[in-house]
Amino acid sequence: MSNKESTVRTLTVALLVCLVCSVFVAGAAVALRPTQVENRQLDKQRSILAIAGLGQPGMSANQVKALYGERIVARLVDLETGKFTDEFDPQTFDPLVAAKDPALSEALPGSEDIASIKRRERYSTVYMVENDGKLDTLILPIRGYGLWSTLYGFMAVKGDLNTVVGLGFYQHGETPGLGGEVDNPKWRGQWPGKTLYDENGKLSVQIVKGGVDPQSPRAEHQVDALAGATLTSNGVNNLLHFWLGENGFGPFIANLRAGEA
Amino acid sequence: MSQPTVKQVLFEPVFNNNPIGLQILGICSALAVTSNLKTALVMSIALTLVTGFSSMFISMIRSQIPSSIRMIVQMVIIASLVIVVDQILKAYAFALSKQLSVFVGLIITNCIVMGRAEAFAMQNPPVLSFFDGIGNGLGYSAMLIMLGIVRELFGAGKLMGYTIIPVVNDGGWYQPNGLLLLPPSAFFLIGLFIWGLRSWKKEQVEKPAFRMAPQVSSKEAY
Repeated sequence: MSNKESTVRTLTVALLVCLVCSVFVAGAAVALRPTQVENRQLDKQRSILAIAGLGQPGMSANQVKALYGERIVARLVDLETGKFTDEFDPQTFDPLVAAKDPALSEALPGSEDIASIKRRERYSTVYMVENDGKLDTLILPIRGYGLWSTLYGFMAVKGDLNTVVGLGFYQHGETPGLGGEVDNPKWRGQWPGKTLYDENGKLSVQIVKGGVDPQSPRAEHQVDALAGATLTSNGVNNLLHFWLGENGFGPFIANLRAGEA
Repeated sequence: MSQPTVKQVLFEPVFNNNPIGLQILGICSALAVTSNLKTALVMSIALTLVTGFSSMFISMIRSQIPSSIRMIVQMVIIASLVIVVDQILKAYAFALSKQLSVFVGLIITNCIVMGRAEAFAMQNPPVLSFFDGIGNGLGYSAMLIMLGIVRELFGAGKLMGYTIIPVVNDGGWYQPNGLLLLPPSAFFLIGLFIWGLRSWKKEQVEKPAFRMAPQVSSKEAY
């Protein structure tokens, strides 16, 4: 038997250990992949349903899938033209992956990038709830930078494309207790019923510091900022203005209102 | 040196030789994942299993490992186990794995796992090494669970997500201490736990490495 410390022996042991470990890791990764993909989808479906105000919290996986399949229609939108497109399958197309792909996204100049997302995808997925063939709720994916992290979420508006149904973030890394309160049901409870546009059609939704004055004529557009989290509040305000504005879903919403999407 | 028994290696690390309390290892994840009890529990289970099994596998091949590459061999085994644990969490506890985020992956660099591999598993038989790993994992878990309970209960008024003390924001009477939800609070708590532990078990108090020397000439003052 050769010496334990010899070079050949060292290389052999290293090789064998690597081989056994890589087979082990690869096996686990391949065996568990389908469950993981399903989990990720389920998580997204759950947050879409929650923000659209459908179903209850704590639904089982099967209930979520059934309700999602029954009520939600996903469509792809060309953000440039603001029209529906069938370029990709909305089931498999991931706008967040596309935003990193130079072929499917474009860099935003600093002055237009108010949500600090750097690149914007060319196509994005919107989700719709329809009742008797009429649009009941439109759910838009939104994202933008807060204080520490990018907040990823959805915003749901009613069929009039003006009244908010709900707003929520499914992923962020803001300070717990301060910026992290964007998840607080009490804060999120302020959103339903607010309107995005004023009577002239100008985007007016706004997060204001120091409380909303209910007497003010603009109160229906305003939401109270998070206490002690100015930068997160500004971030949410900016990302809403970005995604509802010209570079976001603005053209799409205009088309939809005119019935030309 | 006589060989320790299974019972010794399993329970000694919980109070007498606690990896966090006495050896001051694994502090990073103890700060990061203990803002609520649920993540603390999952992290504890993950680390305990990884430490146990990595110690066992390393011990099994300990006489084959050339000493020049022993560290990297240990790392490869630990890293493989951690990746598998991470994959399992992503598949079966997705919501929790989202909260734990990078910290499961960082078990690889957790000093406790490496420390047990190098200090114990390289010298002792597999079964004993396995229980030594589990025991040290339990010591880590005990600390994490205590931190998790204090931080979640007084920081959010909840335990495992169930409301125990109704907080002001939800219409209750308790004004939660927001500091407890932030990582630095775990530093204070760990400090207090170590103080408590060392007041209870006096033999854990370390002797100072140096004594302050008397000043002999006025030059030293400059």
